[in-house]
Amino acid sequence: MTTQVTARTVPYKEKKPFDYSPFLRKGKLPHIWCAGCGHGIVLKSLLRAVDATGIAKDDLAMVSGIGCSSRTPGYVDFNTMHTLHGRATAFATGLKLAKPRLKVIVATGDGDAMAIGGNHFIHACRRNMDMLILVYNNYIYGMTSGQASPTTPEEKISTTSRYGSIEPAFDICELAKTAGATFVARGTAYHAQELEKTLYEGLMHRGTAVIDILDSCPTYYGRFNKYKNVAEMMDKIEKDGTVSVAQAAKLSPEKLEGKQLRGILHRSERLEYCDGYKNLVDRVTG
Amino acid sequence: MSTEKKKKFLQGNEACIEGALYAGCRFYAGYPITPSTEVMELMALSLPKVGGKFIQMEDEIGSICAAIGGALAGEKAMTGTSGPGFSLKQEALGWACMTEVPLVIVNVMRSGPSTGYPTGPSQSDVMQTKWGSHGDKPTITLVPASVQELFYETIRAFNLSEKYRTPVIVLFDEVIGHMREAITIPEPGEVEVLERRKPTCPPEDYRPYAIQNGEVAPLAPFGEGYRFHVTGLYHAEDGFPTANQQYIHDTGMRLVNKVEHNQDDICENEELFLDDAEVVVFAYGVSSKSAKFAVKELRAGGVKAGLLRPKTIWPFPSNALDKVVAAGNVKKIIVPEMNLGQIYGEVQKVVAGRCEVQGIFRVDTEPIHPKQIMSAVLGHQVEPTVIPDEVLIERPMDG
Amino acid sequence: MGEAAKKEWRIEIDARLCKGCEICAHFCPTKTLEIKGITMSVRDLSTCIGCQLCDIRCPDFAIQVFPK
Repeated sequence: MTTQVTARTVPYKEKKPFDYSPFLRKGKLPHIWCAGCGHGIVLKSLLRAVDATGIAKDDLAMVSGIGCSSRTPGYVDFNTMHTLHGRATAFATGLKLAKPRLKVIVATGDGDAMAIGGNHFIHACRRNMDMLILVYNNYIYGMTSGQASPTTPEEKISTTSRYGSIEPAFDICELAKTAGATFVARGTAYHAQELEKTLYEGLMHRGTAVIDILDSCPTYYGRFNKYKNVAEMMDKIEKDGTVSVAQAAKLSPEKLEGKQLRGILHRSERLEYCDGYKNLVDRVTG
Repeated sequence: MSTEKKKKFLQGNEACIEGALYAGCRFYAGYPITPSTEVMELMALSLPKVGGKFIQMEDEIGSICAAIGGALAGEKAMTGTSGPGFSLKQEALGWACMTEVPLVIVNVMRSGPSTGYPTGPSQSDVMQTKWGSHGDKPTITLVPASVQELFYETIRAFNLSEKYRTPVIVLFDEVIGHMREAITIPEPGEVEVLERRKPTCPPEDYRPYAIQNGEVAPLAPFGEGYRFHVTGLYHAEDGFPTANQQYIHDTGMRLVNKVEHNQDDICENEELFLDDAEVVVFAYGVSSKSAKFAVKELRAGGVKAGLLRPKTIWPFPSNALDKVVAAGNVKKIIVPEMNLGQIYGEVQKVVAGRCEVQGIFRVDTEPIHPKQIMSAVLGHQVEPTVIPDEVLIERPMDG
Repeated sequence: MGEAAKKEWRIEIDARLCKGCEICAHFCPTKTLEIKGITMSVRDLSTCIGCQLCDIRCPDFAIQVFPK
């Protein structure tokens, strides 16, 4: 069941800073991400959302693949796995099936999930196994220093699209929805508080939840594509490049041109895989 | 305990699953491929009945990754495949070696390279089990040669994987996989089954890669209070990545040596007429069936032939082979293989010129005939003979 | 608004963690923060309204705002 955010332990309305330390592993900061990288903003939103759900750290597992975003599990004090490029959802599938009690979060990126791990991604959506897949989408391979990814927009520059990408980009949300994910949302690092709420909803959802999180890679994508600094990237791509679902309802098609929708884009109810498996075992043994 | 033992008439692939279930395997992830298909199909049938978990994954890579995930959740996990699928699993196999996760991988070999000949036997993946994944890694590979032995060796594979915290490969071929033999299923408790060691220290003191008395720490299942990090990067005792070169060196050495230095514990061999043998056939898996027949035939004709049959091909049983060569009687070692000499080269390394080594290689998907081996021993072609049935139908487990 | 503005705040910047990306300064509605050398610092604490936007968008766990 999904509910509104009500369980906040440290609401921002009270103007008290959130204490991240109970969720972080001691002595691991500063993290490896570059100055201005949005991944840290996403991580903080996630930790606040986790706190709001009240899920115990022992019951949380985070599984990642390879890439900048996949370094997230090293910092969080959950049960964590840093696996192979593209394979996070496959590892997570085995873990969750073996121990359905765990709430499994997959931390992955646009290259990791959409290219090398594309097959695992769509099949995870199809199975509707209870897991929250976070795609840190910065439109580039950061760890290997700036190659084009399946979400690099057309005409944008990377080290492997030096004259502008000629490939159309994947829409992660459309892909997830079509593949069968029962919760599909988009957020941005710029809208960090809204993202926190979306993450909370994703965590509370029972089934495969996919959140496409737009964040910025100033080191490669920003530099190659002539953004002055990360703030300009956040303003132009994350703020001006998106509209919330509520705003979009009031805008004309012309105004929506080129903008990505933010918020919960799809939600449906379908038998969760582990529940289905339990039914099967009951039927066979009963 | 019942005196009437459970007899079953099983295919090799089925016996493998009986062994896995006996050993307590409760998680299987796989992908269809010939000739290992029955392994997965039988798991799909059996596991739900015992409350175990079965999942058919979207591809070969996904299936080994899911199996590792299941293993980290605390289950005895398994995946199965054949040649091309095994090629696809290599990266994840290396990850499991690096992260020291117990896992059993079944590879029912078929003819390669590439798609090759899916329904024909082969021994083409022997080197792949050792060197298929990048980097030096610990490798335990068992090569059972009969349906009954496959049952026992699958149990031993799970035991070894738990004992050494490493993946173990059960390697056989299409002949053993699809051959039917009457086997005995022992009562529960009759065969030793090792359970996973679990940490007993307080969670805050847990270091998943700490070494005590040369052994790696017990592996805590995910979600039971020991929150730790697992990564394929070189890591320190606490599981987090490290750039310390001394630690990288020590870990690299330890991973390989935990297997290589325990050859006497891990390797099992069958020896036949080795005391005075002048010609020794070194054969494993399907080829050893013909080798055994040939050696018995030759002995009956007064030829001093012997058989050394490893049930464990990795770590390579160099101690056992060296002992045979060092005794001084042996003039020639014959290595029959359904590949182009993958183990022949290993035998040569150990023999190091002390006697002649001759290979018999076949890649036409027909098993090596006993006559080929007899001819090699005698140095001339053996005339076709009628092979008596009682010799061909081997009685398993009777030495 | 007047009431809130009178409230006083304490800004803690962890120089060990700050990478000087300037996201906090850019999105601070009252321009309370600025870069000094390679890390951020407070230009004028009296202008801080305690909105916490700097904390929320800091990728490095480096800045937090406390009621005084």
